[in-house]
This record gives sequence, C-alpha cells and structure tokens, in this order.
Amino acid sequence: MPDFLRLRCLLAWTALAVLLCALPFFLSYSQKEVLVFTTINVILVVSYRHLTLTGEWSLGHVVMMGCGAYGSALASKQLGLAVPLSMLLGGVCAALVGWLLSYPLFRMRGFYFLIGSFAAGEVIRLLWKRFRDPFGGAKGLKRIPGLEEFELVGLRVDFFDPVPYYFFSLAVAAICIWLLWRIERSPLGWSYHAVHLGDDLARSVGIPTRQLRRRAMVTASFFAGISGALLAHYVGTVNPSRFNVEEMVYVLTWAIVGGVATLYGPILGVVSLTIVNEIVLREFGLDQWRPFFYGALLIASVLFLPKGLESLVASARSMLSRLWSRLA
Amino acid sequence: MATCLLSTWRISGRCITSAARTALNGKSGGGFFSFSSAVAPSSLQNMPELLLQTFLNATYAASYIALIAVGLVLIFGVMGVINFAHGELYMLGAYGVVAVYVGAQQSFLLAVAVGLIFVGTVGLLMERALFRPLRDNPLSGLVASIGLLLILQALAAIFFGVRMEHIPPVTQEVLRFSDGVSLPLQRFFVIVAAVVLLAGLWMFLKYTRFGWALRASAEDREAAQLQGISVARIAQLAMVIGAGLAGIAGALTAPLVRVYPYMGHSVIVTVFIVIIVGGVGSLEGAVIAAIVYAFVHTFVTTFFDGVVADIVGLLLMLIVLVIRPTGLFGARDRA
Repeated sequence: MPDFLRLRCLLAWTALAVLLCALPFFLSYSQKEVLVFTTINVILVVSYRHLTLTGEWSLGHVVMMGCGAYGSALASKQLGLAVPLSMLLGGVCAALVGWLLSYPLFRMRGFYFLIGSFAAGEVIRLLWKRFRDPFGGAKGLKRIPGLEEFELVGLRVDFFDPVPYYFFSLAVAAICIWLLWRIERSPLGWSYHAVHLGDDLARSVGIPTRQLRRRAMVTASFFAGISGALLAHYVGTVNPSRFNVEEMVYVLTWAIVGGVATLYGPILGVVSLTIVNEIVLREFGLDQWRPFFYGALLIASVLFLPKGLESLVASARSMLSRLWSRLA
Repeated sequence: MATCLLSTWRISGRCITSAARTALNGKSGGGFFSFSSAVAPSSLQNMPELLLQTFLNATYAASYIALIAVGLVLIFGVMGVINFAHGELYMLGAYGVVAVYVGAQQSFLLAVAVGLIFVGTVGLLMERALFRPLRDNPLSGLVASIGLLLILQALAAIFFGVRMEHIPPVTQEVLRFSDGVSLPLQRFFVIVAAVVLLAGLWMFLKYTRFGWALRASAEDREAAQLQGISVARIAQLAMVIGAGLAGIAGALTAPLVRVYPYMGHSVIVTVFIVIIVGGVGSLEGAVIAAIVYAFVHTFVTTFFDGVVADIVGLLLMLIVLVIRPTGLFGARDRA
C-alpha cells in the first residue's frame, strides 16, 4: 500500500473513532440510551452476518443472544462472578448451545434450516418460560447486577449511566468486529465463502462443508451471546419475550436492508434504520407505525434494492472515482 | 412497538392462568398456541369421559388447522414460496367478522362471506405485488411475506387496537352427549365447514379442468406451460383459494378464539409444524399431519400443560426435519 493511502486510511479511522467518542455528548439522555442499544445491535447483526457467510439464514439467532443474556445473568447472580467474567461466560454458554443445536440443524439446508432453527429457538424460549427455577418463567430474571463501578484517577465511573456503558460496549463491539473480520480474512473465512458459493465443489476438493457450517454457527453464537450479555447487564432484566421472533425479524430486516456481502453492510442497515426510527417515527409520534414501516422497508428493499444499502455505497464510490479521474 | 408486544404477552399470560374460566365460556384459551382446547373442570368427569371430551376438542382443532395448512401448501405448491403472512390472513378473516358482525351488526354468515372475499382479494394482491416479481427467488419471497406480516399486524393494531376483541357468540347451544362430554354447536359448525370445504377442494382438484391445471403446474411449471396452461392465472387461482381458506377459517373461529392483531403468530407456528411433518407440498400430508398434531397437542395440553404441549409439537417437527426432511408424505424437495 502506498504511503499516502495508508495515511488516508489512518486518518479515516481516527476520524471515525473521534466521531464515535464525541457522539454521546451531543445527544439527549434517551438518545444516549438508544446509542447503547444500537452498539449492542451492531454486534448482534455482524455476528448474524458471520453465519450467513456460509449461505444459511437462521431464524434462531436472537435466541442465541438470549442464551448469552441468561447465561451471563445467572453466572453473575447465582455464582456471584465478576460481571466482565460472566459476560465472557455468557458468550461461551451461547456458543455451547449453538454447538449442540448445530448437529441436528445442519442436517438441513436452505428453507428447512430456516424453519428448523426457528423451531429450535422457540423450544429454548419455551424452556425459559416453563422452568421458573433458574430462568424465572415468563417474567424472566430481575435485578441482574450491573457492571462494577470503579475509580479512574479520581473520577468515579458509574455504568448505570449510558455514556460510560456506551464506551464500554463500543470497545467490546470494536474487539468483536475486529475478531470477526480477522476470521473472515483467514483461510477459514475463505472456505466459508467456498461453502456458500459451491457446496458440492468445495466438498469435492476436501473441504468438510458441514463441519465448517457448524463452526460458523458456534462463532456467530458466541458473539451473539456477548451482545446478549451486554444487554442483560445494562437493562438489568431479561425475559423470554425479549428474544422472540419479532426481534428476529428486526435483525433480518437490518441485515437485508444493509446487505450482507460486506462487513459494513449490516452495520449500515442497523444504524440507518435506527436513525430513521428514532428521528422520523419517534419525533413525529408514529411509534405505532414502526412495524408497518419496517415491513414496507423489507418489501421495498427485497423488490428494488436486493443487494442492500451497501450496493449504493459501492456504486457511489465508483461514480466518485470516475468523476475524480475525469477531473484529474 | 415494545408496549404493543408487552400487552400481547400480558394477554396470553392472563389466559394461561384463567384457562378453566374461559373453558366454561366456551372460548378456547390455554397455552401459547391459542387453539389449546377448553376442558370442563375435571371434577365433573371420569376418565373415559375426559378422553372423549379431549377427542372432540382435538377434532375441532384439527379441522381448522387443516383448513389453514392446506391453503399454505397449495400456495407453496404452485408458487414455490412459503407464505409467512398466512397467519395474518387468518387474522384478517377474524377481523372481517369483527367489522361486519360486531361493527355493522350484520348476520354472521354475511360476515363470513365478506371475510372470505376480502382475504381472497388480499391474496390476489399479494400474488401480483410480491410473489410474481420474486418468483425465481424463494428466500426473497419469504422475506417479503415477513414484511407483509408486519404491515398487516400494524394495520390491524392501528385500526382496531391491540386489545382483544369481544365477539358475542353466534349460538349458545351445546350438543350434550353425556354429563361430562359436550360440544358447543359453534365448534360443530367449524368441523362441518372444514370437512365440506376440504372435500370440495379435493373434488375441485380431482375432477375439474382448473383443478387438473392447478395440479399440473404444481407438478412441473414448464411442462404445464407447454401444454397451454396459463401458469400466471393458475397462480392467482391458487393464491385466492389458499388465502380464502385461511380467511374462512379465521372468520368461522372468530367467536371461539381470542381475536387480537398478533393472533396469527401462534397459528403460523402451528401450521409450519403441520406442513413440515406432513411434507411440504403434500395436501393429504397436511390434512393427516393436522389431525396428528391437533390430537398430540390437545391431549398433552389436557394431561400436562400448554407450554409442554408446544414444546412437544416443536420437538415433533424437529425430529421429522432431522430424520426425514421431506416430511412423512412429501416426495419432492423444492425448497
């Protein structure tokens, strides 16, 4: 990479980091809370995209998030572990559930996988509802301990406030996205693409496709679990209906509206839809129309923009470079 | 949205605790999948009577699940798209009754007819606007139908409110077989209507030219087109019949179930289980699986509880998916 390009790259990342760090100081309290949830959703939707790399679309991903939330909440509440540790444990818990489910689910492909993952997720959700003893039944778990506050050079950092929690989840999100990006760029990631684009061909050159799909699902479940744990310790409660199929439909909408060909596609989807949701719907008091709006957007993007918002970015970039070359 | 969801869950939560009370009113409440049957307090019954009563409840559940599932299978067979919004078509049928029978004070039969025509029209529009442009892309068709599901739910919630509708019973009469075994006349009508409609559909598919054309284009679209069948016209026909069946099921059961904008969710879960167990694309399989599922679910609900019954149903589907993904009666694999 030439030096000036590297410099430009560095500048762009610094600008993004500064922007993200400055952002909460320009927002109202409720908008800061939305910012925290958006950061958590970014981790969720990026991990969802990781699973779609292998070409399979799941309808149980939000339940994996729930596994992380329940696992982490129980670890900190019942076992009394420190919250960051229990968050990691929540991710491991979700990965474990994903690993167990991947054995029956990846006997199926395509539509059957979609329905199968939906059924499996629904079974888990009903188990949370049924067994009141560890999971708290339909009302879920309450009074989940928040992140421990600490003192930093005489400054008390209290994680009940959205701003410190935003920075914490931003750091976690950055690490998660970086890890997922590294995995995608590794030989393992390339074989995910091979599994997606040519299943039979990949198998014929010795790539164990089913095993790779399982691995993608375990990885995706782990990061979904981390996002669930972040949510649980911020909100302080988890209940089964937080992870129902409606929430899954929102994740699907973000992924489809943004597009899943690139890593930034789903992030673009979740951020732009959240902005539209907060500005257009909440400001004008049209909260009731939110599902309508999401549904219309889903249909419109499937019909008119099947490659998602990310395809707009790509075409805008090529148009700019053409313009640039004409000027130069 | 969050508040809407919360209130939905509160409604279902309340009905779980008051299953016995709703049972006495002849309204079905109970588990998460709202058809879970009403059983009279067991202190009045001995074991054979309880079994017989549960049998009648299961028959009722099977009849209207079969109606909805057959419509979904018909649409899938011809269009190759799984219609996620099918539960919402059922919901629209029920709201047709709310608008005409409760709102405009017309007769129940007229309300059912209006519901049928309205939902059939919606099906026709869906075919034109969504499924025809997305014909070669099953995943996109499915995603588009998820979008439509959200739209229909939101419209119902905005125009009718998220609260449960009160629909006065059409008739209070009860067919009483013995002290502990009875069948409300309304439920009996649903069973009769389902049998008549399914028999009519079977005759239509078996003995009319349109029926032959429909089956031919479900079998092989290109070959049917080569024979001079207008596949687009047949797709419209299948969509109208499929949607109409869901609409009529919703209209007929409206006084018997809890009518609220999110009632389609439990129905679509049930119907997915049924079509997977029966084999996606097999009409006979759907009917048989509806009967099997309704009996398993109703008996487990009666002897354990609603949530366990839901788990058993979902596990049944998962087992079928893992062992024989084409279902018990399905031969083809189109998805």
